Amino acid sequence: MSKNMNLTLKVWRQKNADTKGKFVTYQAGHVSPDMSFLEMLDVVNEDLTKKGDDPIHFDHDCREGICGACSLHINGRPHGPKHGITTCQLHMRSFNDNDTVVIEPWRAEAFPVIRDLAVDRGAFDRIQAAGGFVSVNTGGVPDANAIAIPKVIADEAFNSATCIGCGACVAACKNASAMLFVSAKVSQLALLPQGQPERYHRVQAMVAQMDAEGFGSCTNTGACEAECPKEISITNIARMNRDYFTAKLIKQEEA
Amino acid sequence: MKLDAKIPEGPLAEKWSKHKFNLKLVNPANKRKYTVIVVGTGLAGASAAASLAALGYNVKAFCYQDSPRRAHSIAAQGGINAAKNYQNDGDSVHRLFYDTIKGGDYRAREGNVYRLAEVSVNIIDQCVAQGVPFAREYGGLLDNRSFGGSQVSRTFYARGQTGQQLLLGAYSALNRQINLGKVQMFTRHEMMDVVKIEGEAKGIVTRDLITGEIETHAAHAVLLCTGGYGNVFYLSTNAMGCNVTAAWKAHKRGAFFANPCFTQIHPTCIPVSGDHQSKLTLMSESLRNDGRVWAPKTVELAQKLRSGEIKVTDLKEEDRDYFLERKYPAFGNLVPRDVASRNAKEMVDEGRGVGASGIAVYLDFAEAIGRLGEDAVRARYGNLFDMYQQITDENPYKQPMRIYPAVHYTMGGLWVDYNLQTTVKGLYCLGEANFSDHGANRLGASALMQGLADGYFVIPYTLGDYLATIGPKAVDVKHPSFEEAKKNVVDRVNQLLSLKGTKTVNEYHRELGHIMWEYCGMARTEAGLTKAKGMIRELREDFWKNALVSGSNNEFNQSLENAGRVADFLELGELMIDDALDRKESCGGHFRLESQTEEGEALRDDENYAYAAAWEYKGDDQDEVLHKEELVFENVKLSQRSYK
Repeated sequence: MSKNMNLTLKVWRQKNADTKGKFVTYQAGHVSPDMSFLEMLDVVNEDLTKKGDDPIHFDHDCREGICGACSLHINGRPHGPKHGITTCQLHMRSFNDNDTVVIEPWRAEAFPVIRDLAVDRGAFDRIQAAGGFVSVNTGGVPDANAIAIPKVIADEAFNSATCIGCGACVAACKNASAMLFVSAKVSQLALLPQGQPERYHRVQAMVAQMDAEGFGSCTNTGACEAECPKEISITNIARMNRDYFTAKLIKQEEA
Repeated sequence: MKLDAKIPEGPLAEKWSKHKFNLKLVNPANKRKYTVIVVGTGLAGASAAASLAALGYNVKAFCYQDSPRRAHSIAAQGGINAAKNYQNDGDSVHRLFYDTIKGGDYRAREGNVYRLAEVSVNIIDQCVAQGVPFAREYGGLLDNRSFGGSQVSRTFYARGQTGQQLLLGAYSALNRQINLGKVQMFTRHEMMDVVKIEGEAKGIVTRDLITGEIETHAAHAVLLCTGGYGNVFYLSTNAMGCNVTAAWKAHKRGAFFANPCFTQIHPTCIPVSGDHQSKLTLMSESLRNDGRVWAPKTVELAQKLRSGEIKVTDLKEEDRDYFLERKYPAFGNLVPRDVASRNAKEMVDEGRGVGASGIAVYLDFAEAIGRLGEDAVRARYGNLFDMYQQITDENPYKQPMRIYPAVHYTMGGLWVDYNLQTTVKGLYCLGEANFSDHGANRLGASALMQGLADGYFVIPYTLGDYLATIGPKAVDVKHPSFEEAKKNVVDRVNQLLSLKGTKTVNEYHRELGHIMWEYCGMARTEAGLTKAKGMIRELREDFWKNALVSGSNNEFNQSLENAGRVADFLELGELMIDDALDRKESCGGHFRLESQTEEGEALRDDENYAYAAAWEYKGDDQDEVLHKEELVFENVKLSQRSYK
């Protein structure tokens, strides 16, 4: 078993959305390499609480990389230094003794800080509500095997559907664009036969909501794809653009 | 009070159809005059909210997470059962019913379980129509796999993330209704109490987790879809925020709590690595298809392994005890979850556990790698092996995995009748939060099925019957009951915030977890349970004197949120002990050492314990009163499970 580490943390502290934030430095001693990053913060918080200080607030829930609640910009990278995992899956053995670790919230105008490292990602829900669905009521649907879907199409739709809505794509983007997130849902439903009837309406409604929320434009940098913990491809963005232009140019009547 | 489960008369296969016909309907034009509150937006809550809104009711939905999509249903890996018989392998509604009732060790209601199997086929149709990307065959049709406890392939799946895909389906249906204005969504809101007027549920009190505002919401009915209480054990596979608070507050307002001691322990989780550990990670049950479970033959060898004197790869074949294969030659490593878990615990208790803590056994793939080659093993389990290596820093292709059982699911929950109504009129409970369908042990791939069955296909019918009876007269949010409930909540919050002692809430939670795991986990005794009851009472008293809660109410305060949840777990824990004390039989995942066969296997006692235990709250620090709902079996023959 490897030795415990001592780390210097520079953590963004901000009381609420209306207050100015700042970095505060903390020493984290006896950090076991077996801890997850969030468990390391738990231990720091236990100490802060006992000292009568306010613990560091951050969003987290499942701690197994699927709920999308955890966030954190760690040393300038969403979800930290490793590829294809979320912050809750990051372990302290990815750091070295005496490292300085800078921890910030997602930075985007459309994700206002709630407190410390927790931000409001409600914009994502509103974009989904604008059109990220197939309009079917409960009941009265055909048998599940009534439509055959080629496996390659189903698999590709699945790849888009793995998005966990964490917001790392927005945080990674210099423009704070939400194109990867929006295009993943647009693609999933555009690929599947169930999504066809509303295809051109959906893409316009979701993009309109995305713009209304104040996300930036896409300039094809690809940082979103590089930092996505679910490794969602920017091919989705190309697909969404194609559908969007098609909708605007020749499918107005379907929108 | 006499418990009436309201199971319809008549043959099993006709009960639900007949019942649906007999239920009262609300006229389509009148539905918009009703408001329904749904608490929790996992599979049960999101599907119920979307379905009720689609019918025309106004819905107010609440979740503590920042988005409804994050409810812990999302973490389910394996799959969802449905009696489609797409594989032509002999499946049927009756077979799914039978497997589920047997898997639950004959402690669930026949009527409920049959209905569950019946509507399972509609769930798959519904999800596919929403665009849920289930796994498919090359011909384009849906793929199935088999799962523990059944001999047919009826499990539909979406890679290792069936829960996320089903939840995103329900979430999209919910979003559609939000967009249509039929659902008003409240995220980051925690339910703090149920409001009753003249004995019937008419609303809730919530706390806005960002502003701290205590709000009241009125409705014609309240649905609790708030998940399980596995976090009473501190460490579990549940999400950090999973809690019992909503169900517990309802319990204190008169909803009976049924079979609280029925919890499920999953055998293949990654073991605890230290006191800092916050949660446990499940490794899919499928690993036992190729992995062999073993422990060192002697305590001496185990000690040498723990101290690092010898390496696991040094251990000779004759020094290894493949204890599941030895004890259960017929099923071997594929015994059910409860048997596998209990035997691992036995090894550790004997001192033959491995790893630095000594609380683990091995799951070995050397034989499979030799037989199939490393590539084939990687193709089957690659993602799981990677996950294991990420967490433990050990390479499972080179040395065996260490595994240990962990709390995974709770079969107990609020008592509900066939209509999913609790003992409080107008208060309903769906999904894992209720007790209804899994008896003393849940089969794999049936939790997702139950959550969606309740939300999509049961509550839309049964709720209408109640609403039609009470009529659409608006509920007055100014009624004194709302003020009274709100005041209680404010007092409770202030009481928690006044705690400025020396011990953190987490420390209490961890201690409670130790007690529950040690005395009310896989194996239980009368003496141990009695001792634990006293320990929990002491811990609870100490909490209210010495706990340390930071911050104030009018802010985002995670310390306060956690304190409220742990305070409720400290009360629930005692009830679980009471329930475990009452049930002197071994049953499902629960082994009472006093009740075993000559071979040391679990011995059920159908003569004395074929009932659901429903507990009535009587006041703080008073023992609860037990009501028994006798379980009647007319369609299955009760038999002792054997896996030898």
